[in-house]
Amino acid sequence: MLEIKNLHARLGDGREILKGIDLTVSDGEVHAIMGPNGSGKSTLAAVLAGRDGYEITEGSVTYRGRDLLEMKADERAREGIFLAFQYPVEIPGVNNTYFLRAALNAQRRHRGEPELDAGQFLRVVRAKLKLLDIGDDLLQRAVNVGFSGGEKKRNEIFQMAILEPRLAILDETDSGLDIDALRTVARGVNGLRAPDRSIVMITHYQRLLDYVEPDHVHVLQGGRIVESGDKSLAAELERRGYGTFADAPTATEHA
Amino acid sequence: MSAPLDTRDTVRSLSDEGYKYGFVTEIEAESAPPGLNEDTVRFISEKKGEPEWLLEWRLQAFRAWQGMALPEWAKVEFAPIDFQSASYYSAPKQTAAPKSLDEVDPELLRTYEKLGIPLREREALAGVAVDAVFDSVSVATTFKDKLGELGIIFCSFGEAVREHPELVKKYLGTVVPQADNFYAALNSAVFSDGSFAYIPPGVRCPMELSTYFRINARNSGQFERTLLIADKGAYVSYLEGCTAPQRDENQLHAAVVELIAHDDAQIKYSTVQNWYPGDAEGKGGIYNFVTKRGACRGARAKISWTQVETGSAITWKYPSCILEGDDSVGEFYSVAITNNRQQADTGTKMIHIGRNTRSTILSKGISAGRGQNTYRGLVRVQPRAERARNYTQCDSLLIGDRCGAHTVPYIEVRNPSARVEHEATASKISEDQLFYCRQRGLSDEDALSLIVNGFCRDVLKELPMEFAVEAQKLLAVSLEGSVG
Repeated sequence: MLEIKNLHARLGDGREILKGIDLTVSDGEVHAIMGPNGSGKSTLAAVLAGRDGYEITEGSVTYRGRDLLEMKADERAREGIFLAFQYPVEIPGVNNTYFLRAALNAQRRHRGEPELDAGQFLRVVRAKLKLLDIGDDLLQRAVNVGFSGGEKKRNEIFQMAILEPRLAILDETDSGLDIDALRTVARGVNGLRAPDRSIVMITHYQRLLDYVEPDHVHVLQGGRIVESGDKSLAAELERRGYGTFADAPTATEHA
Repeated sequence: MSAPLDTRDTVRSLSDEGYKYGFVTEIEAESAPPGLNEDTVRFISEKKGEPEWLLEWRLQAFRAWQGMALPEWAKVEFAPIDFQSASYYSAPKQTAAPKSLDEVDPELLRTYEKLGIPLREREALAGVAVDAVFDSVSVATTFKDKLGELGIIFCSFGEAVREHPELVKKYLGTVVPQADNFYAALNSAVFSDGSFAYIPPGVRCPMELSTYFRINARNSGQFERTLLIADKGAYVSYLEGCTAPQRDENQLHAAVVELIAHDDAQIKYSTVQNWYPGDAEGKGGIYNFVTKRGACRGARAKISWTQVETGSAITWKYPSCILEGDDSVGEFYSVAITNNRQQADTGTKMIHIGRNTRSTILSKGISAGRGQNTYRGLVRVQPRAERARNYTQCDSLLIGDRCGAHTVPYIEVRNPSARVEHEATASKISEDQLFYCRQRGLSDEDALSLIVNGFCRDVLKELPMEFAVEAQKLLAVSLEGSVG
């Protein structure tokens, strides 16, 4: 599905944030990427989604056999990459349902499938609403405008449920959620696990992993993956903190 | 984060390919020789077979115009206009006035079909009666008989002068006097045709009335006049659309629109202005210097202006309301887009004279390329206007870093019980919003169009349904290529 090799990326001001990421995600796998603030987690998500403002200085990313870095952000999305935003963006005046239908139809067009009209789309929506405990009113409001923190995050996963991506990247989807909202979001994510869909969860804390069990856990620090393991690594991190990995050469170099 | 490089590149490469109404109709026309003097005025009046009083009225306007100076206070820049080089009358040549559509030149009918305005009633848009104005004359008016059964008069201005002179005489120039301003005076002297509508007391006009203006001839200006009267308790919704061929030289459009609403009457006037805007370098395009004003003469009258201004090289336009009647209401909803080298200085005047008069102003300005967009608005509360209220909101959206947005509100309050509120915002289109849309699979242009339509939503929803869809598409076309 996704193969990242020695990926280096820096900001427009020249600061290097990613300093050689290696990561392989196979079909159907769920990976958790954990790390302290400033370790490069969100940068990795942004670079994979194709956000402007980063320069790739070294390395490669292959997505389903294609050079991902050659693709523009909207093309990546239409090819099945979905980013659940850490801070979902408000779009005043644009109805949430309308937005989502426009997005879905853009992707369907790309795949050579017929577009859905408002009625057909509504049926797709109805089927997925229950999964995330989303009310009709949320669909009729402007995209993320006046949504609570929890509503915004639920809305992200709801969009993911509608768009049915091949690769979903969840950027701190658990941050700012109370326990009930976390459970709802986790239920949504679990409901979307599938043999042909891979999920990369980026998080600071272990608690999301209590509800969405990852196949692999990686520790990102100083722009590199310094440790990889199974889900027990997350528990270990929780016990000992990120300080454990302070001895890692990249971390000292960064400090 | 600054605009990414490719965004700026594309803004630079903006083109006018999006203007699909730029074709020219090959038709033999009869034009006045270039130049403007009293003989020109007499020529036009004679061509139209006008009565003596109207010629006198025109000549008064012309004499006033000669002593007037071009207004220079607007934030628009253009080379001086040579008013003597233009032709002030151009009409498709035909031997006699057509009695029915069968006698109208098929080339003209095809032109309107191409523009999406079929004039044959069996093909016409359901629920919309159209007066089609081609250069200086009205070509056809649809659904006249049907409207006539209700006592509604809807015809070309020229026909109104012939058939209903008492109404024209009673109302013409009562809202926009001949010497009101430079362009209005010019229009009063040389106006050629336009639309006229009268809705009798208590009648709710069952269909949208609409005028479609088309400038075709080269080197000619268009000076039409619209006069719309809603008698006591009447209601009418009026639509205006306009296009012009793509030409390298600038063409002048100086129209006057007068609206009169009596007691309890309501007039809703909507415009989707899509004159040719000029090319990416600012060559060509229409100068749209228009005076539009409505008077709420009676108590509880209401006049509502909605405009979507996407075309023209320069727009100079302030649809206004004079709120004379107690409890009368004025509204102004506006979306103005400037792209490439377009300049728009537009807004409104709300003059509160009666008691408890209320007005709402909602202006959305969008600037892209090197466009300059100015909102200019006056809210005046006269001493007698007890408890007058105004709410104004002006929002500006900037796309790219070489365009400009300006807000110039004038507020004059002479009654202490009045309440006037003004809110203004200016924002750059956010990279976060664009990226969010792109990440969901929308192309750059679809993303931009979605965000801009959302920004304008509160204005667009005021448009009649037939127009709203058209306006949304137009917004997308007008901004084509402004992000990468």
